[in-house]
Amino acid sequence: MSDAPAIVVKDLTRDFGSFRAVDSISFEVRRGEIFGFLGPNGAGKSTTIRMLNGLLLPTAGEGRVAGFDIVREQESLQEHIGYMSQRFSLYEDLTAEENLDFFGGVYGLANDRLAARIDEVLRLVGLTERRADLTRTLALGLRQRLALASAVLHEPPILFLDEPTSGVDPISRRNFWDLIYAMADRGVTILVTTHYMDEAEFCDRLVLIYQGRLIAQGTPGDLKGLVQDAILAAYPDRLGEALEVARSLPLISDAAVFGRGLHLTAADPQAAGAALRQALAARDITLERLGRVAPTLEDAFISLIQRAGEE
Amino acid sequence: MDLGRTWAVFRKEMIHVRRDPGSLIQAILLPVLLLLLYGYALTFDIREVPTAVYDLEQSRVSQGFLKEFRGSPYFSLTHYVNSYEDIRRLIDHQQVRLALVIPHDFSRRLKLGETARVQAILDGTDANTANIILGYVQGAAAAYNQRLVVERLNLMGVTRLEEPVPVQTRLWFNEDLESKNFIIPGLIVVIMTMVGSLLTAVTIVRESERGSLEGLLATPLRKSELILGKLGPYFLIGLVDLGLVLGLGEFLFAVPLRGSVLLYIALASIFLVVMLGQGLLISVTAENQLQAYQMATLTTFLPSFLLSGFVFSIALMPLPLQIASYLVPARYLVSICKGVYLKGIGLEILWPDALMLVAFAALFILLAMRKFSRKLR
Repeated sequence: MSDAPAIVVKDLTRDFGSFRAVDSISFEVRRGEIFGFLGPNGAGKSTTIRMLNGLLLPTAGEGRVAGFDIVREQESLQEHIGYMSQRFSLYEDLTAEENLDFFGGVYGLANDRLAARIDEVLRLVGLTERRADLTRTLALGLRQRLALASAVLHEPPILFLDEPTSGVDPISRRNFWDLIYAMADRGVTILVTTHYMDEAEFCDRLVLIYQGRLIAQGTPGDLKGLVQDAILAAYPDRLGEALEVARSLPLISDAAVFGRGLHLTAADPQAAGAALRQALAARDITLERLGRVAPTLEDAFISLIQRAGEE
Repeated sequence: MDLGRTWAVFRKEMIHVRRDPGSLIQAILLPVLLLLLYGYALTFDIREVPTAVYDLEQSRVSQGFLKEFRGSPYFSLTHYVNSYEDIRRLIDHQQVRLALVIPHDFSRRLKLGETARVQAILDGTDANTANIILGYVQGAAAAYNQRLVVERLNLMGVTRLEEPVPVQTRLWFNEDLESKNFIIPGLIVVIMTMVGSLLTAVTIVRESERGSLEGLLATPLRKSELILGKLGPYFLIGLVDLGLVLGLGEFLFAVPLRGSVLLYIALASIFLVVMLGQGLLISVTAENQLQAYQMATLTTFLPSFLLSGFVFSIALMPLPLQIASYLVPARYLVSICKGVYLKGIGLEILWPDALMLVAFAALFILLAMRKFSRKLR
């Protein structure tokens, strides 16, 4: 059993009325892996997670989580997972400790064992000092950590995190990811959804979901390698105008603002670069720098989604 | 069913109630307030009706007639006036509800053996009260008439006189016709309804509004454990309120409790479960807390108040409302209340009411559970 994957999903499908929210998705998550679920809002990430943690039944397909069938063994399954939902699900009128006490009770912990675990997770997420504070008074970043603490109280081997850091400041986000790494080091399998590209880079492996379908999977490096076209970075002085110009050129298949410059996608970077220089010069736009860059995960994301949209 | 998990929910819910002043007020303060307010203020007893007298004759005979009113606890002759305008003014200002007008030929007509007419003017704006006062006036007049007839017959030599059909009135169960004796037992029903259904109506919908329900359902917590743990605290609050009302009724208002207290508590507890069930059903149906609150007020509180027989007698309602009242669980507890409290009867008579309560409790809890599990797939 120790070599069996933590999560196996095969042709998982879920309809809401005539709308197909998840369309025969298949993937495997290895034990101890940080597995990223990437995709735009409404792509079906949360729906998939909700089928994996026993909140929704699939319309078709099958899956096993921690060795338990997601349709027939939901109860045992739920004892072996931790889940942090997209919306903050702790109680603001309870103290940090009371929240943990409650969730511990729900997971069947009691007495000394519960007290020891509460101390442990509070230390883990750095909230020992604030254990007696009402959750309402905690900053958003701290609440997220408390939510994480409540999800790991019962030491689940698998942790589902549904956009755990949305709305949290960058430093808190980085701290949160340190916790995720610490958890993975202890052998916990983590399935995390996000739409932050930098977070996606932290994952061991990713699946990219778009319109309910899985359109790519692999390591962040694999996904970047799937970008067939070359990426050009251009730094013109009048960004808005230059973007329009770039989009009007047939040799450039896509143009998007990236930091202070533009990222352009082109099958033939040489010809596209020349065409761009010419078109910008004609408009009196100065081009400070133009060069080929390695595709980022965001480039890969946009390019893969576009390709999927065209098919 | 895991008791540890249920207990965890129960404790958490207790903390919610403890930390929310609104819930606390509604759970403990409001019932006591209602009881005091209704116990003291809502009285249907009419005593010492302020009465104006317009005596045009001012004779010994007319005073003799008025004596009948002066001696009665039902009237208080507060104003003596000299014109109809005065009567009009006093009624307009609500200083009197009744005016008695004695004509100037009152004693002359009596002496001649003719019919002497006395006029009673009533404030009809409150029809119910006016009706009751009218009854009192007729009663007082009848007593005077009877005395007069006896005097006359005595003069004619008849010394022993018996009424052909004397009606002996005797009131059972509420001998003095005191309103508090049926208002307070009835009020228990309203308070149970309020605590049971209004508080529980928001309990599940609040979780789904906050987003915490989703997190809960991904844990091993089963829906039955969630529901049981959540209803527990409100059941306890209901019992505390029941105790409060029973205690205040006994010691403050001295309402006689003639039947078995234990039977009463047992049946009221079943009613409490009915209300918790109804609140729960609302909570899993409503979209948000406000809607839940409105639904609860409309479907539990108002019917308990209006259609239960607490304030308005069911027998006097139009037929469609009488039929509708069978669907109001409070109706059965009101009938149990009056039975146990005032009549001192037990299950041998009240079993159909008790059975209906059990049926309602099962129905609501079952419906709520079904609705709840379907909602989440």
